[in-house]
Amino acid sequence: MEAFTTHTGIGVPLRQSNVDTDQIIPAVYLKRITRTGFEDALFAAWRKDESFILNQAPFNAGSVLVAGPDFGTGSSREHAVWALKDYGFKAVLSSRFADIFRGNSGKQGLLAAQVAQDDIELIWKVLENAPGTEVKVDLVSKTVECGNVVATFDIDDYTRWRLLEGLDDIGLTLQHEEDITAYEATRPSFKPKTIPAKVEAS
Amino acid sequence: MGKTLAEKVWDAHVVRKGEGEGANAQPDLLFIDLHLVHEVTSPQAFEGLRLAGRKLRRVDLTIATEDHNTPTLDIDKPIADLTSRTQIETLRANCREFGVRLHSLGDKEQGIVHVVGPQLGLTQPGMTVVCGDSHTSTHGAFGALAMGIGTSEVEHVMATQTLSLKPFKTMAINVEGTLRPGVTAKDIILAVIAKIGTGGGQGYVLEYRGSAIRALSMDARMTICNMSIEAGARAGMVAPDQTTYDYMQGRPHAPEGADWDAAVEYWNTLHTDEDATFDVEVDLDADTLEPFVTWGTNPGQGVSLSAKVPSPEDFGDENAKAAAERALSYMGLEAGTPMKDIRVDTVFLGSCTNSRIEDLRAAADIIRGREKDPKVRMLVVPGSARVRLEAEAEGLDKVFKEFGAEWRFAGCSMCLGMNPDQLEPGERCASTSNRNFEGRQGKGGRTHLVSPVVAAATAVRGTLSSPSDLESASTGTLTGIAV
Repeated sequence: MEAFTTHTGIGVPLRQSNVDTDQIIPAVYLKRITRTGFEDALFAAWRKDESFILNQAPFNAGSVLVAGPDFGTGSSREHAVWALKDYGFKAVLSSRFADIFRGNSGKQGLLAAQVAQDDIELIWKVLENAPGTEVKVDLVSKTVECGNVVATFDIDDYTRWRLLEGLDDIGLTLQHEEDITAYEATRPSFKPKTIPAKVEAS
Repeated sequence: MGKTLAEKVWDAHVVRKGEGEGANAQPDLLFIDLHLVHEVTSPQAFEGLRLAGRKLRRVDLTIATEDHNTPTLDIDKPIADLTSRTQIETLRANCREFGVRLHSLGDKEQGIVHVVGPQLGLTQPGMTVVCGDSHTSTHGAFGALAMGIGTSEVEHVMATQTLSLKPFKTMAINVEGTLRPGVTAKDIILAVIAKIGTGGGQGYVLEYRGSAIRALSMDARMTICNMSIEAGARAGMVAPDQTTYDYMQGRPHAPEGADWDAAVEYWNTLHTDEDATFDVEVDLDADTLEPFVTWGTNPGQGVSLSAKVPSPEDFGDENAKAAAERALSYMGLEAGTPMKDIRVDTVFLGSCTNSRIEDLRAAADIIRGREKDPKVRMLVVPGSARVRLEAEAEGLDKVFKEFGAEWRFAGCSMCLGMNPDQLEPGERCASTSNRNFEGRQGKGGRTHLVSPVVAAATAVRGTLSSPSDLESASTGTLTGIAV
């Protein structure tokens, strides 16, 4: 994973709450078996509407999405994060993220920064009054700047550390493989196993 | 101090405690007892293992099934949609390569991953269960800690059989009282979500408690836990009891002999201690609950079926007001319209929320001997091939077919329309599934989430209806579906 320290890019105000994962990427795009190439799928239904914000310059070149509360609700599809990244987004700001979406973002180097709704409103106003204004997101100081607005954001320390260092999760866990093996030895015999299958094959 | 059920299961799976305390604590490394896999969220994870030269650590704790893309008609023919077919074939190749047990389309054990795990007896109390699907919360009905994960975490579990997790907060959902006839588990959970909101459970594991929950069957408890994610929670749980054990016993992978006794002894410890405290408690009165239905485009936008479509002005919060306006416009509804005046085009009985045998029985009991509104199409999609066989053995397929419904093969189907079962733009559906998001069931489709008995009554009348709206002639069948 690429390390993330700071990013500065055009802010995109998305004045909407409950942006669910079916809006971020409709299910029909989940049939692909690759991890990249999802940029066309991002907000696919909404992008058919000319007035949608990503169909307007300079927002179509945006890289910081500023959304309403409860962003990323719904499905566990990591494709939602891949689509945002493939389009060019580096950070999403919202006052509240769905848990799984936030977790997936952290694994993929997309910064999900939790900003108070009052500050989101101020940033929306700046971006709407002066389209193309850049937003600076600084993970080191946990601050976001946009025009004359300076705000702090929340992110859990572990995710922040992994993002700053660009660390691979599986590699980190496998450093503790002995602990896993030791735990496995203590599991009771009544816990089920999938193999051998106790049903007839058909 | 005592522990909650969720804390007990968590503590029993800690491989390595994270350093630090409170907000600065590192995540714990938790062992995963069961990993369920399907075709949509696994190909990139298998590819990741392959690229890193890693093995799948515990194939004996992993099982795969085909569900999201599978057609529900002509299942003996090659899948017509090429990208769907490729995704299914990729799962088959990956399972062969890594040695994962797979139940493919056509197999008696194929079906929706959250229906298959419990019916095989692989889902048991006190386990940690994960799957690359948000409705993994379903398995919490057994007192398991079960949660949906993303593809990176799927790969992590494949490689290590563990997950790094930050401890959750706990929320008790106390449902006391007795449900009236025609009111079901689906109505409980829709009412809970309307009460706490789609973000209300965020950061929490929910525990459903109280006399109304204890009275529910396992199928009904699964319906409730299934939709925990729609309240934003990572997991929902019900403490195991005799109902759980009766469901488990004799299932293919349930413990046997001395193992059964040892398991029950352990399972009996899996309840929240009397002196334990929850971070939050929410109460719901089962006695006064009515059938519930959604009017908007998120599962929190629900009302009693006897109520009217709300007005954006009913909401104080500006965001909720704007969301309501947008939802009414998408749904093509006018504020103030009685919910029961809303006419539907389609009724969908299926999904991991409501496609189990009891759901099919409850719906069949309503429509038996009645006629379908001729303008309504009704799709019945059993949750698994096994449920379909069981229903056919009871003659339920005949009830549905005589009524004029389509009797399909198992899969996720119209819940998310990854297969050909989709709504047309503007088509309105009463659906027993879990999400009424814009376009979820097909581009431009309009979804009202309902219980199986409301779905059945709606298919009879053509408008959103509760079983009590049907003529009193055969309401005798309503007894027994109060759960």
